[in-house]
Amino acid sequence: MKPFAYHQPDQIPHAAKLLTSIEDSKLVAGGMTLIPTLKQRLASPPALIDLSRLGNLKGIADDGATITIGAMTPHVVVAASKLVQARIPGLAALASMIGDPAVRIRGTIGGSVANNDPAADYPAGVLGLGATIVTSTREIAADGFFRGLFETALEPGEIITAIRFPVPLKAGYAKFKAPASRYALVGVFVAKFAEGVRVAVTGAGSGVFRVPPMEEALSQNFDPSAIAAIKIDTDGLTSDIHAEADYRAHLVTVMTKRAVDAALS
Amino acid sequence: MQISFTLNGRPTTVDAEPATLVAELLRERLNLTGTHIGCDTSQCGACVVHLNGLPVKSCTLLAPALDGATLLTIEGLQGVPGSNQMHPMQEAFREHHGLQCGFCTPGMLMTAVALATEKPDLTEADVRHGLEGNICRCTGYQNIVVSVMAGAVAMNAAKGE
Repeated sequence: MKPFAYHQPDQIPHAAKLLTSIEDSKLVAGGMTLIPTLKQRLASPPALIDLSRLGNLKGIADDGATITIGAMTPHVVVAASKLVQARIPGLAALASMIGDPAVRIRGTIGGSVANNDPAADYPAGVLGLGATIVTSTREIAADGFFRGLFETALEPGEIITAIRFPVPLKAGYAKFKAPASRYALVGVFVAKFAEGVRVAVTGAGSGVFRVPPMEEALSQNFDPSAIAAIKIDTDGLTSDIHAEADYRAHLVTVMTKRAVDAALS
Repeated sequence: MQISFTLNGRPTTVDAEPATLVAELLRERLNLTGTHIGCDTSQCGACVVHLNGLPVKSCTLLAPALDGATLLTIEGLQGVPGSNQMHPMQEAFREHHGLQCGFCTPGMLMTAVALATEKPDLTEADVRHGLEGNICRCTGYQNIVVSVMAGAVAMNAAKGE
């Protein structure tokens, strides 16, 4: 690692000011992606701005029709939350599948969403549930937030403070993980609302995406059989040493069926 | 920067660059070489320590995270406090041959103690799931799982005494 200055602000405006005033500085939440990136020298920021001393960024609140999770809430807390288990069990299940136990203790929801790794789990949950990303300056709908490979709608100096999830009628997550990294080779989050079904896929392409034909079929009939015959196009899907695009396309259908099963169970 | 924390029960202050990893700080500055660095990419778990009671990978933890915290390393595991006695989980690993080369063992023990502390009635499935972030290239895990189950029972028994 190259040396860097370390700032531990205790107010969000101060953190935002540091982030805009120090060129190329980075925010660090749990560090589960950033620290390995620094170690490999894929990034060498002059300063890190640690969010762990900011108040009010940790915790889970029940707002009735929605559940709000603070950006610095670690995965282990979401996975073990009685509230999330009761209201959106699919989201608690997703959190329990991220990385390994040590990673879930440090890694945070805000960090995962801001990083937008193409194989991370949370982006599928956030897009699948149609959540709202609350930042230091505004609120952003999930549909407009994820912009492909590690890209998001966040502006320079903008900090995620919370994610607000609408409570669905049913929801489920299924992932086929790469065994070494435990990232999603393909992960699918399915959520059923009164207005229809949303299906969000991670791991398969350069960023999380929805599958409208599956959403329509599941809105008609929320059962794995409804989408068993729907194949997705391999255009834009990832081919790498772990899996070819056609295998990933096949897995999208299989994982969607399993996610619907999980939602129904 | 000055970093003050409690290390294995003792107040400790070090002056370290923010870009110091806790695994490096322990091994190279504080001469606590029981914490091993295996992969150095947060996959293998040989470097697991307890930060405020929770198991974390010290190769993926920056030294500033220690400030004000409580850190327990493999050197701080013991049976009766202040004694030279092994921790019940260590005894279980010895008794059930839960290691061969021993490189992964410090991380396995730290993860195992955390697992058994969090859930005293561990099932085999809990242990296998809980050890997902700890890699052993010798044993095939069979005896590690047996050891952790036995160690959890011994920890419960010691608590009841």
